[in-house]
Amino acid sequence: MSPLILIAFLLVFLVLTYQFGRFHILRKAGLQKKKPHSLPGYYGTYIALFCGIPSLCIFGLWIGLEPHIVEFLLLNEIPSDLKSLPPGELNLLLNEIKNIAQKSEYVSNANPVLISAAERYNDLHKISMIALAILITALCVGILAFAFNKIQLDLKARPIVEKCIQFILVIASIIAIITTIGIVLSLLFESIRFFNIVSPFEFLFGITWSPQTALRDDQVGASGTFGAIPIFAGTLLITLIAMVVSVPVGLLSATYMAEYASPKVRAVVKPLLEILAGIPTVVYGFFAALTIGPAFRGFGEQIGIGIASESALVAGLVMGVMIIPFVSSLSDDVINAVPQSLRDGAYALGATKSETVRQVVLPAALHGIVGAVLLAISRAIGETMIVVMAAGLAANLTANPFEAVTTVTVQIVTLLVGDQEFDSAKTLAAFALGLVLFLVTLALNILALIAVRRYREEYE
Amino acid sequence: MSDTSKFKLSEAKPDLSPKRLQKRYRAETRFRLYGITAIVFAIGVLGILLGSIISSGTSAFIQTEIALDINFDANIVDPEGTRTKESFLEGNYRKLWRDSLFTLFPEVKGRKQKRALSKLISRGADLTLREKVLNDPSIIGTTKRIWVKSSADIDSLNKGKISRSTIESDRRVKNHQIAWFDKLIDENRERLAFNSSLFTAGDSREPEQAGIGGAVVGSFLTLIVTLLLSFPIGVMAAVYLESFAPKNRWTDIIEVNINNLAAVPSIVFGLLGLAVFLNFFGMPRSAPIVGGTVLALMTLPTVIIAGRAALKAVPPSIQEAALAMGASRLQAVSHHVLPLAMPGILTGTIIGMARALGETAPLLMIGMVAFIVDIPRGLSDPSTVLPVQIYLWADAPERAFVEKTSAAIMVLLLFLILMNLAAVILRKKFEKRW
Repeated sequence: MSPLILIAFLLVFLVLTYQFGRFHILRKAGLQKKKPHSLPGYYGTYIALFCGIPSLCIFGLWIGLEPHIVEFLLLNEIPSDLKSLPPGELNLLLNEIKNIAQKSEYVSNANPVLISAAERYNDLHKISMIALAILITALCVGILAFAFNKIQLDLKARPIVEKCIQFILVIASIIAIITTIGIVLSLLFESIRFFNIVSPFEFLFGITWSPQTALRDDQVGASGTFGAIPIFAGTLLITLIAMVVSVPVGLLSATYMAEYASPKVRAVVKPLLEILAGIPTVVYGFFAALTIGPAFRGFGEQIGIGIASESALVAGLVMGVMIIPFVSSLSDDVINAVPQSLRDGAYALGATKSETVRQVVLPAALHGIVGAVLLAISRAIGETMIVVMAAGLAANLTANPFEAVTTVTVQIVTLLVGDQEFDSAKTLAAFALGLVLFLVTLALNILALIAVRRYREEYE
Repeated sequence: MSDTSKFKLSEAKPDLSPKRLQKRYRAETRFRLYGITAIVFAIGVLGILLGSIISSGTSAFIQTEIALDINFDANIVDPEGTRTKESFLEGNYRKLWRDSLFTLFPEVKGRKQKRALSKLISRGADLTLREKVLNDPSIIGTTKRIWVKSSADIDSLNKGKISRSTIESDRRVKNHQIAWFDKLIDENRERLAFNSSLFTAGDSREPEQAGIGGAVVGSFLTLIVTLLLSFPIGVMAAVYLESFAPKNRWTDIIEVNINNLAAVPSIVFGLLGLAVFLNFFGMPRSAPIVGGTVLALMTLPTVIIAGRAALKAVPPSIQEAALAMGASRLQAVSHHVLPLAMPGILTGTIIGMARALGETAPLLMIGMVAFIVDIPRGLSDPSTVLPVQIYLWADAPERAFVEKTSAAIMVLLLFLILMNLAAVILRKKFEKRW
C-alpha cells in the first residue's frame, strides 16, 4: 500500500466523520427538541479535526522516519562481510538494494545476496505501511469513541473549531519564517564545516580558485584552493554589464511610457515588455549561448578583437535584457506615483515636457528608482541559468568584458551537479558561496525596501 | 509702464531668444527619441529571440523517414517459435532492416561500407519494427513497406541544416552517404512526416529518438505538488495576515520576511532543498515530490502577496455587514470576503505557477538534471522537467539537438502563454472593481 492511497483513505474517512458528526447532532437535537449551540456543520468539523490532526501528524512522522528505520533494520540483517564495509560503500550498496527493490523485473542478473536483501526491503516496507494503516485506524476509532460522548447540544463547537482553524492559519503564515530559518541554518551549518577546512580569510580574500581536491593523498597540484575573489569579480563584471544595459533602457522606456505614450501605445508595449519578463531564464541562456555568443565572436573576428564565445559581455548583455522589464515596471510605478501637482508646477513655469521629467519628476522619484535599481542588482547577482549556459566555468580575474569569467551561481551549480560526496571541501564550498550570495542579496533587498519606504513616506 | 521698468529683475534674465527655444525643443525631441529607442531595443531583442527560436525549432516537428521493404522472417522475429510476447522481444530486429537496406544497395560491400550505409537509418528502427510485430503478429512471414526514421544526420541534411557544399572532411555526412540518400529520394523512399515521438518519447542519446514526453510529465507532477502545497498554505497565510493578525512586531517580522523571501535568488532554495530535504530527511533525489516542495517554498511568497492584495481590494463594508448580521470573524471572512477575493488570488497563483514551471536552477541542485529515459509514473520516480530538459539538450554536443531544444522551448513558451492567458481571462471576467 502506497502512502498516497493511505492518505486518500484518510481524507475519505475524515469526510465521513464530518458527516457523522453533523447527523449525530441533528438527531440529538431532534430527540431532545432543543437547538444545539452551534450550526451542525461545526460539530462535524469538530470531530473531523479531532481525528485528522493527530493522524496526519503520525502519518508525517512515520513517512519521515520510516526509511531510516527500515535501512537500520536491513543493515542489521545483511551478511557480516558486507556490514564491515566503509560507510560510503555501504551507502552505495543500500542504493543498489533500493534500485533492485523498485524494479525487480529488470535486474535479474544481480548479486543474489542483494536480491534477497531487496526482497527483505520490500517486505519491511510493506509491513511498515500496514502497521501505519492499523495504527491510524486504531487512533481514529479511539478518538471517535471519545469524541462521540463529547458531542452534546451544549458543546460550544464553533468557538473551539474557530480557535483550531485560527491556529492552523498562524502555522501557515509561520511557514515563510521557517523557510528563512531553514535557509539560514542549512547554509550556515555547511559553511561552518567548510570554514573548518578552509580559513574564511583565504576564502574571502584569496585570488586563486581551483576547487579540484585530490582524489588520492599523493596526487600533485590538486589540493584545491578556495580564493573566491575572482568569482566575486566575475559576478560584479557581469552584473555591471547587465546594469549598463538594463538601467538606461528600462528607465527611458518607463519615462516614455509614463509621460509620452498614448494609451494605445501603452496598451501594446506594456504587455510586450511583460513577455520579456515572463520568458524562462533557461531560454535566455540558450539564446545567449547559441545566437548572441557566436554572433559576437564573429563580429569580433571581423573587426579584429578577440571575443570569447563565453564572454562576460554576452552573458551580461542578455541578462540586462532579461532585467529591462523588471526595472521599467518598478520605475513606471514610481514615476506614476509622483504627484501631478509637481508636474503642473513645472509646466506653469514654462518647462518643456523633457525638462519637467529630467529636473522635476526623476529627482522626485529618485528614492524609488534607487530602490528599483538595487532590486535589479540583487536579481542580476542571483541569476543562474543565463550565466551557467553563457558564461565561463574557469575562474579568471580580469576586467576585460571580452574574456570569459565565472560567477558565484555558476560555481554553485558546477560544484553541486553530478557526483558529490558530502564531506569534501569542494561541495561544501558551494554552500559557502551560497551563504555569501544570500547575505548580499538580502542586504540589497533590505536597502531597496528602505529606499522605497522612504519614497512612499514622501508622497503617499 | 514706466513704473514697471523700474523694477530690476535678477541679473540672470531668462534667455527668450528663438535660438534657445529651438535648442530646448530639439532637446525635447531627442529625449523623446531616446525613449522610443529604448522601447524599440527591448522589443527588438524580444523579436530576435522569438524569431531565432521559432526559425530553428519548427523543423523539429517534422522528421525524415525512409521506406524499407521489410521481410518479417519468422526465424528472426520469433526465435523461439512460440509466437509469444517473450519470444518476440528476443527477435533480432536490427537484422531485419539492415538486410532490407543492403538489398536496396547490392553494390555496397565490406563491413566499413555497410556500417556507413546503416548509419542512414535511426537505431530506433529496431523498436519501430518490434512495435509493429507486437501490435499485429499476423505480419510475420509477409513483406511490408515500413517507414522508419532516418538518423539525425540524414535528417539534418534533408532539412538543409547540413550543407552539401561544405568540404567533405568538415561534414558529418560523407559523400557516398549523400549519394545513397539521393538514390532513396529518387525511388520515392523518403518523406517528411510529423514527428509524434517528439511529444511522447523520453530523453535519448540519439537526437532523432529524443522526446519531451518524460519532461512534460515530470513538469506536470512537479507542478501538481507545488500547487497542492503553495495554494492552500499561501491562502491561509494571506487570510491570517490580512484579517486576523494583530498589528505588532511579530506580524511585522513575518511581513518583512515574506517580502525578502520573494527576492531571494531561486538557486538558494535549491541549496535549501539539497541540505534539508535530501541530506537531512533522506528524500529521493530527482523526484518530483522534492522538486515540487522546493518550488512551493519559492512560490509561496508570490501567492501570499497576491492573496493579500486581493483580500485588501475587497471593501471592508462587506466584512462589516457580515459581522453586523451576527457572523463570527472567521465566518465573515470565509463566507464573504474570501470568495470575492478568489479570482485575484487565483490569478496570482497561476502567475506563480507559471514562474515555477519555467524555473530551472533550484531543480539542478536536487538532482533533477539526470539523464532519464523512462517516463515517470509517480511522485517519487526519478524525473526531469521541461526547462531542465532544455538545459540538458542545449548542452548536448550533437548539432541535431539544437532544433530539438528550440522545439522544447516553443512547447514551454506555449504552456506559459496558456497559463498567463488563463490568468488574464480570469482577471477580466471575474475581478470586480468597487
